[in-house]
Amino acid sequence: MTITREPVSAPGTLVPPMRPSRYVVAARRAETYDTVTLMLRPAEAPIEPPRPGQFTMLYAYGVGEVPVSVSGFRPGGSQGSRVQVLVQTIRAVGAVTRALCTAAPGDMVGVRGPFGTDWQPHSADGRDMLVVAGGIGLAPLRPVLLTALAERARYDRVVLLVGARSPDDLIFTRELETWRRRDADVRVTVDHGSAGWTGQVGLVTKLIDTAIEDPADTVAFVCGPEIMLRLCSEELVNRGVAAADIRVSLERNMRCGAALCGHCQLGPLLLCRDGPVVSYAEAAPLMARKEL
Amino acid sequence: MATATAIPDPRLIDAAGLENLCQALAAEGYHVVGPAVQDGAIVLRELSSAAELPFGWGVRLEPGGYQLRHRDDTAAFGHSAGPQSWKRFLHPPRERLWSATRTAEGFDLDGAEDDEPPRYAFLGVRPCDLHAIAIQDRVLAQPGSRYAARRARLFIVAVNCTEPGETCFCTSMGTGPGAEGGAYDLALTELVDERGHRFLVEVGSPQGADLLRQVPSERADHATLRQARSEVEAAADRMGRHMQADGLRELMADSHQAARWDDVASRCLTCGNCTMACPTCFCTTIEDTTDLTGEHAERWELWDSCFDLDFSYLHGGSVRTSPKSRYRQWLTHKLGTWHDQFGSSGCVGCGRCIVWCPVGIDLTEEVKALRAERDQP
Repeated sequence: MTITREPVSAPGTLVPPMRPSRYVVAARRAETYDTVTLMLRPAEAPIEPPRPGQFTMLYAYGVGEVPVSVSGFRPGGSQGSRVQVLVQTIRAVGAVTRALCTAAPGDMVGVRGPFGTDWQPHSADGRDMLVVAGGIGLAPLRPVLLTALAERARYDRVVLLVGARSPDDLIFTRELETWRRRDADVRVTVDHGSAGWTGQVGLVTKLIDTAIEDPADTVAFVCGPEIMLRLCSEELVNRGVAAADIRVSLERNMRCGAALCGHCQLGPLLLCRDGPVVSYAEAAPLMARKEL
Repeated sequence: MATATAIPDPRLIDAAGLENLCQALAAEGYHVVGPAVQDGAIVLRELSSAAELPFGWGVRLEPGGYQLRHRDDTAAFGHSAGPQSWKRFLHPPRERLWSATRTAEGFDLDGAEDDEPPRYAFLGVRPCDLHAIAIQDRVLAQPGSRYAARRARLFIVAVNCTEPGETCFCTSMGTGPGAEGGAYDLALTELVDERGHRFLVEVGSPQGADLLRQVPSERADHATLRQARSEVEAAADRMGRHMQADGLRELMADSHQAARWDDVASRCLTCGNCTMACPTCFCTTIEDTTDLTGEHAERWELWDSCFDLDFSYLHGGSVRTSPKSRYRQWLTHKLGTWHDQFGSSGCVGCGRCIVWCPVGIDLTEEVKALRAERDQP
């Protein structure tokens, strides 16, 4: 007599999100002294198409893996005529990101994902879209801009506020001009100017006041350091934007991306699953708590 | 036409029957895992014979203290939770996720690990630990995962608890001392008295029924059934600890600023023992390695602890730097936000974290203090 249990599919295999897909660096563009954009093409079955604001786990062979938000995406063709392009912008802040930033065309990386929630840019349909970015926070917001500008008529005003520590820290500078020409109101400020800088100096928060015309009809998308998220969101609420109409992208340590490892907890949230993009209405009480 | 198998009546086996049970499980290809005395504690390990069970051993428990003791009888399951839990078999402390080899183009991921997940038979799972397994299922049993594969192959012989320890509070958490039907294949209730050393065996699944048919047993009479029930009921009144479970979620949410966290932080060593001993703590980290040549890379998953400073590391520093914030994270997650994330409490009242804390921090005391602080006039 044998005891039979439930049949189990493919014993010993990896949960799909735990196995990286191999991608090859097709092109590399230095954005700033410490930030690089990689254009990646799949070397095998590609990942599912990411939605704006989602992130992947990028693996540098033998070094390690880090979460990186997707800054651009072109889907592959169904006949294989066109190959998927995954765009990721990385700032060198540790061993893995340094290894990824020095990857050259032809080098191979591992990609898992896409993970997490997205910006839901269409929540701003028929309304004013206000995008506020601090530093590399512009990278995960780029797909929102591209979505909006591809269907510009769906939105009323499209406003982009960009802040960076210094002119040398600004990313996507050439694209900012392109977006202006495509009817986005793009305003840039830096915390500290430098020789030759004729633009605005000051925190990005300061740009919010004049950027808003109809607060009740404004949907805001905010990404940057947590302190900047808080100050900007508070300013937006002060100006009359509803907390539920503000979406912020939060960051915590991430190891798995699949709600299995416990690292990305922020109170009740597992940010790899319930985030990174959450409504400010939900995030506000969590961000206010120290060491949560 | 297939018909549903009726759950058979409870049966009785004697101490020799345990050995028959072990051998029947082994004959079905199961690795039998159960309690055994080793290194001055009752550990969980693979058993080759029921004779390795801790017959006649009990334990003395206190905050920060664990001691084996000789029992007055020969009971095999007359001890409460030990330093380990069943998670070390279903959710191993170290596991290789994949390996890769360098190639001219970059690297190749080696084929899926083709080792068949082991078929475990757990012998002697107490009701608190049955609930702990169910809690980890809700976190880790994602379709296609190795956890799910190991879990689907698992055979569970539960043991109703007739011997709660000084640090136990399963009745507070609603997880014991009796096992609920459906959570096991077979459930034992151990009886040692003038009529001998016997085990009432209840069947919880068709697999359990199949297996029990291979073990000589006799019909359990009503008196024995009643005796078994009353011993489990009596155990409910002998819990060494109590924790008021209702409103815990709200208490945790309300207590972020409590002064009690400073008090507990003055004692907590942030060693993480509680998270290792806890049967539901599931957190892991990832370790990417290469060999010296760089030709071969591996990814390993390892148990991690929210008490570790690096656990919350982001570029620029950790989010939870103070010991107070790390203890608060652990307790708040366990008793509060676990509900938000996985639909239940993360605590089963087994008391392991109290026993294995080197400074004897007792979460039932901490909860009492937090409640008193919040409710003070």
